[in-house]
Amino acid sequence: MAAELHVALVAADREVWSGEATLVVARTTSGDIGVMPGHQPLLGVLESGPVTIRTSDGGTVVAAVHGGFVSFADNKLSLLAEIAELSDEIDVQRVERELERAKAEGDAAAERRADVRLRAAAAR
Amino acid sequence: MGAQLRVYKRRIRSVTATKKITKAMEMIAASRVVKAQRKVAASTPYATELTRAVTAVGAGSNTKHPLTTQAETVTRSAVLLLTSDRGLAGAFNSNAIKAAEQLTERLEREGKQVDTYIVGRRGLAHYNFRERKVAESWTGFTDEPTYADAKKVAAPLIEAIEKDTADGGVDELHIVFTEFVSMMTQQALDDRLLPLSLEEVAKEAAPKGEILPLYDFEPSAEDVLDALLPRYVESRIYNALLQSAASKHAATRRAMKSATDNAGELIETLSRLANAARQAEITQEISEIVGGASALADATAGSDN
Repeated sequence: MAAELHVALVAADREVWSGEATLVVARTTSGDIGVMPGHQPLLGVLESGPVTIRTSDGGTVVAAVHGGFVSFADNKLSLLAEIAELSDEIDVQRVERELERAKAEGDAAAERRADVRLRAAAAR
Repeated sequence: MGAQLRVYKRRIRSVTATKKITKAMEMIAASRVVKAQRKVAASTPYATELTRAVTAVGAGSNTKHPLTTQAETVTRSAVLLLTSDRGLAGAFNSNAIKAAEQLTERLEREGKQVDTYIVGRRGLAHYNFRERKVAESWTGFTDEPTYADAKKVAAPLIEAIEKDTADGGVDELHIVFTEFVSMMTQQALDDRLLPLSLEEVAKEAAPKGEILPLYDFEPSAEDVLDALLPRYVESRIYNALLQSAASKHAATRRAMKSATDNAGELIETLSRLANAARQAEITQEISEIVGGASALADATAGSDN
């Protein structure tokens, strides 16, 4: 069995997901970063984007993360985000409506948020 | 029914109605305390992880940041006071306001100017009534604060602290809120949020002298700290908002419980008085009848002669 790392995906007001994983791919401000068990201690700033977690039972968890941090030490990885949603929680139709509205209103932040959600939902 | 008795009956009815209301408010507050406590608990993992990360950056690099360095001479401080929108919570708001006033006085004695920021209608009303200057205020979310509310509150504060003192920026940020110790105990306290003393945070994060690993920073320690500190402040404010909300509900519950108890006592006293009045009325009626009967008997006895 492959080595495992413990992942905790934490939003400001709740713990979104936690469990064992073999690989976590997240987007930091300087590019995508993949963390596997035994990685050296890391603290990075996350960009808004989907985070992919390859769980140890072979499944994949995708979450939309809107800004935040990734920290890794002692085989424990924490993903901290102000807002984080699992891809299963995302209602694609609603997000598409949001995206259209954001585009119409020229709300760049809302447009980016909706885009991140859509990408996370597509990656599932 | 006698006039006296009617007055008592009416008062009993009105106190009973009040008691029903306070009882309902007590139960609502009790259920909200539990909900608020759950929210405090749910926000803890994020706060703990964030504190760890801040400590890691602080310990792992010698970065200087405006949010962690103490200004040589502090000329202006900001005080953020958390109160509630609604009253009926015993001494909850007045305790928080008192704590803020003591802090303001202390800071002013040290020769600092104080900018006051207020959350909650009660605190705002207190300051407006006394025509004191309030730098900024927020109302409408104190019962159930969300993270977005905390961000809204934190944004101008962070902006003020990053500005130069000469341009109206502040050097220190204090927060006054009510700590939720338990259902029975809530305590108004003040805390210096910024500049952050990394040693204290480190003590909080690793009380057992646990050694933090040497982190690799992505993209750099400065950038991480830049992004981290505002989030840390937001999360602290969020936590304070949640604790204040929980404390407010607990205080409301207690105040309403004593109101209900008092109403109960009042009803008991009033029913005793009403009973006494009824008895007095009956006694009086009997003595009137007896008196009337004997007068009648005397009169007939007189006419017989």
